Amino acid sequence: MKIMSSVLILGATSDIAQAIAIKFAQEGYNLMLAGRDLSYLKRIHQDLKLRYDIIIQSYYFDAENYKEHDDFLQQIHEIPDIVILCFGYLGNQLLAEQDWLEAYRIIAANYVGAVSILNRIANLMETKRHGVIIGISSVAGDRGRRSNYIYGSAKAGLTAYLSGLRSRLYPYGVQVITVKPGYVKTRMTEGLNLPKMLASSPEKAARKIYKGMIKKRNIIYIKGIWMIIMTFIRCIPEGLFKRIKL
Amino acid sequence: MKTYLSNWGNFPRIETDMHYFRREKELQQFIELPHFIARGNGRCYGDSSLSTHTLSTLRYNKAISFDTEKGIFECEAGMLLDDVLRIIVPRGWFLPVSPGTKYITVGGAVASNIHGKNHHIDGTFCRHVIDMDVFTADGHVYTCSPHQHTDLFHATCGGMGLTGVILRVKFILKRIETSYIDHTQIKARDLFEILDLFEAYQHRTYTMAWIDCLKQGKQFGRSIMMMGEPASLEQLNKHQISSALSIHSPRHISFPINMPSFFLNPFTMKAFNQMFYWKNIKKHLHTIVHYDPFFYPLDKILYWNKGYGKKGFIQYQFVLPIENSKKGLIDILKRINQYGTGSFLAVLKLFGKDESYFSFPMQGYTLALDFPVKKELFPFLDKLDRIVLDYGGRLYLTKDARMKPETFWKSYTTADLWYKMMIKYNKEFKFRSAQSDRLEITSPSKHENHVIRTYTGSHI
Repeated sequence: MKIMSSVLILGATSDIAQAIAIKFAQEGYNLMLAGRDLSYLKRIHQDLKLRYDIIIQSYYFDAENYKEHDDFLQQIHEIPDIVILCFGYLGNQLLAEQDWLEAYRIIAANYVGAVSILNRIANLMETKRHGVIIGISSVAGDRGRRSNYIYGSAKAGLTAYLSGLRSRLYPYGVQVITVKPGYVKTRMTEGLNLPKMLASSPEKAARKIYKGMIKKRNIIYIKGIWMIIMTFIRCIPEGLFKRIKL
Repeated sequence: MKTYLSNWGNFPRIETDMHYFRREKELQQFIELPHFIARGNGRCYGDSSLSTHTLSTLRYNKAISFDTEKGIFECEAGMLLDDVLRIIVPRGWFLPVSPGTKYITVGGAVASNIHGKNHHIDGTFCRHVIDMDVFTADGHVYTCSPHQHTDLFHATCGGMGLTGVILRVKFILKRIETSYIDHTQIKARDLFEILDLFEAYQHRTYTMAWIDCLKQGKQFGRSIMMMGEPASLEQLNKHQISSALSIHSPRHISFPINMPSFFLNPFTMKAFNQMFYWKNIKKHLHTIVHYDPFFYPLDKILYWNKGYGKKGFIQYQFVLPIENSKKGLIDILKRINQYGTGSFLAVLKLFGKDESYFSFPMQGYTLALDFPVKKELFPFLDKLDRIVLDYGGRLYLTKDARMKPETFWKSYTTADLWYKMMIKYNKEFKFRSAQSDRLEITSPSKHENHVIRTYTGSHI
């Protein structure tokens, strides 16, 4: 089964997405790359083609342009076995508090766009009674913190969505996985000084995601320590939590 | 983002702002920085790719094209040789020139104009470059080659990133029938024997020697000569033939901690060298080995640089012109001998003629050895510099972390010419490294003081 399997990567130009593409290519999967920056996508496509003997296709895809999601799926003739949702937008919390456009972009990219495309894919997979959906959410969605609650709330929405979707598709044999990466050294976190203990590389994230999929995990934390940290943070009573600068 | 950064020698460590780019269009914003230097995988030893602003090329690392008939490979500068090998070896091609590690970027290979075990036959890496793109201080990307923007091309080869950011490189590969090497090893009892061996085996494709710098007396300069030829299919055994064009395995072990520095004392180092020499019982050894252990023995130990402790180490690599090599080597080795804590192992190699405009290699012997950083080391190396200079030799910029500017300007005889080509593309010293500042290449007022003249040493 594995040899013929195909993976659709939504938001294929992100660093995690590129690492995931390499991991799945190494495992012999055919790739479908979807993203907005076509010239970057072309370079990634060409690089993978030279490295691996697999079939690769590239598509234009804009997560925030929901109207075109139907057209996008029509371009893809056959629904892939695995769909990995990698797009996301961290944005700027302080700016988003003042500027609705920034706030909207964060919600649109991380949540609305994800629901729009996954709804359609879920229906197709349900009919086929086959498939895997992997959504990259965030530990930020585990509790709204004052430092990034707009991004966090969008990711919380995504996490809740994936959780419900998992339950809905379970009887149909469709696997839904929620990935909570924590800090990964990517473009998103380049400006931040990441503590070594908490940060991982995109390559490690890709390995963990692949392994988690094979082991049929529901929720994947890239670094175990994040599960402990977030469980702890979730346990803090709200009365105390609101006083903590986190 | 401010971080502390050092290169492979862990010395020096400086505070820097790290920047990355993934698309060519992102480059323009870096022109706004006061100055910066491009950095690949940080496998140079000293401060060549360190600056207060450092631009990593590691995320600009895509393969672009590969002509499997003609053996022409093209990629973005941040691609590691490790990745290049994974693509080209299974199709019967190999790097034209390979250094002692595969964890360097293609851009770094050009900026350092690296050499390999086959320098005496194939020259440096840049001899095999067809063309490349360089982002210069005026904000333009130029395609340069030996026929187009030739000044930029020649100043970029070995130019330590001072002409700009190398973005794309197209180069010619070497045909291989198998990924194995026909490997011969000969033990030499002293320095004279090893030098004779180099002369005798000049026609061999790959040559180098491990030399024990700590041995005194009768066995002064005892060495192990390593030679290799690309192996043909007929030479492989049954097991190897089934994987005739296999790539290297990704498996390696990791050096866990910084070794406490007291571990490195003359006694442990001598013991290590002794073991290494004894390990090869026979005088002659002939085997067929995979390219990985042959070219990249140290890559098996990830972060082996931690073995030199937290304070780091200096790799000292010099070359002496052929006519002075023997005398000079004896002279220098004796001093290292007296100093005591030389390196675990030193590498000796005979370079061939070199036609690069501005690069380290010249016809003669080169010796590379590691010294753990400590206070006494620096005055000692300054003394060695003078001797190297007196014999008409020079030091490898890629390994240097402490050379004095005078040494650089006197020993790199084409530095003045190169400087003139380089500043054309490096307006207002947009590209600056800790090294180029130290060597007074990018400190405008000081450069004028270094009047270039043929330097005749007092030593000879």
